[in-house]
Amino acid sequence: MTQHHLNAKHQIASAVAVLLGLVALGLAAAAQATGVGDFVVGSSKAAQLENCVEPTEYMRRNHMEVIRHQRDTTVYGGIRSTKHSLAGCVECHVGYDADHKPVDIDGKGQFCAQCHSYAAITLNCFDCHATIPEGEAWNQVTAAAHPGGLLPGVEQQKVPAEPAPAAESETQ
Amino acid sequence: MSREVDRELNPQRRRFLGAAAGAVAGGAGGVGAAAIGALTAASPERADAAPRTEPVSDRHRWGMFVDTAKCADGCTACVDACDQENGLNLQAKPLGDDKAKWQNQRAVWIRKVKLQDKTSGHVTNLPLMCQHCEHPPCVDVCPTGASFKRADGIVMVDRHTCIGCRYCMMACPYKARSFIHEEVDQKLTRAPRGMGCVESCNLCAHRLDNGQTSTACADACAAEGHHAIVFGDLKDPNSPVRQAMAKQPSRQIREDLELNTGVRYAGV
Ligand code: SF4
Ligand code: SF4
Repeated sequence: MTQHHLNAKHQIASAVAVLLGLVALGLAAAAQATGVGDFVVGSSKAAQLENCVEPTEYMRRNHMEVIRHQRDTTVYGGIRSTKHSLAGCVECHVGYDADHKPVDIDGKGQFCAQCHSYAAITLNCFDCHATIPEGEAWNQVTAAAHPGGLLPGVEQQKVPAEPAPAAESETQ
Repeated sequence: MSREVDRELNPQRRRFLGAAAGAVAGGAGGVGAAAIGALTAASPERADAAPRTEPVSDRHRWGMFVDTAKCADGCTACVDACDQENGLNLQAKPLGDDKAKWQNQRAVWIRKVKLQDKTSGHVTNLPLMCQHCEHPPCVDVCPTGASFKRADGIVMVDRHTCIGCRYCMMACPYKARSFIHEEVDQKLTRAPRGMGCVESCNLCAHRLDNGQTSTACADACAAEGHHAIVFGDLKDPNSPVRQAMAKQPSRQIREDLELNTGVRYAGV
């Protein structure tokens, strides 16, 4: 083996090392880029899904507008089953502990709290709203799970003095 | 009886005059009036038994009929059911608070009231909750518009805009409203509850919005076998509430105020 050969080998090795380093740097940068705002809790249903009720980028910037719009629709119009309800956010984004018990979504390290503290925004939805899915009325998730339209345990209203044929009561 | 008829007719006249003067009367209540019966007979539609996808409308006006003769002494089934349904049982006494004071301050949506006739000694029991007035004083006085009447006659508080001034509590003749003094730890999804806001019976609006036409109190009363509370659509002559009301005379509590309440009582 000549000196020349040794030199060439050395040069190739250093080139590979530099390349590897660059790739590693690039990877690190990429990881950091997606790390920002990526606070979905691993144990939540949301972690299993491709994206939120709207594209992720849109939700990151506009979720508050979306929720506020739904809020008025619900309070004044009584519409609770559409996809932008806060109850739905909680249902999907709430994390679970080792015993499969839901963890308060505004708790430290949980989805809502973590991002709001990163962004230094006071989160006060949960001064009034439930922090875990409990005592649900209706949201887009339960609505989708019950295509028949009625919550479990809810019976069709029986109206007296009216012949209620079975076929009709089904379409109500 | 003629006085009673007057009471029924007056709201109609008031509404007409009010409308002529440009005041918004909102909704067409006039429960017992024959004219309204004829009006609604044309479209006797029922609650849609599915979660709603369209905003509530004045096609329905929700209300209740209470037969005080059937309301049992000592029974608290309706009160307990309401507490459960609307998460009121999750309120906790603030540390160091006096027990009696807490009993006075904790939020309640429905109360049992006992009346005794001084002369005869006859006792009447009745459940009292927000009467869902057609002309609600609580809405009139609210400075922010938070206290409002939904198109289907349910009076409620938009707690996003309530500033907790408690004017509405002073204005309500039925002591129907409660103030939440401290932050509550546990809340149900269907019943948000926040410090500094006023709340009251909303006729289990979350149930209605899901297509169910009953309230927790009426269900509990029926489950106990008393059937003192009947819930339904006051605009539908075939609804259980109208059927029950057709069978016996009923009155509004403080009918002299002419609020045209959505909750009517027999035997008072
Ligand atoms: S009973 Fe009281 S709270 Fe209910 S609508 Fe009438 S004034 Fe308002
Ligand atoms: S306490 Fe709230 S709902 Fe009542 S009058 Fe004041 S702002 Fe309106």
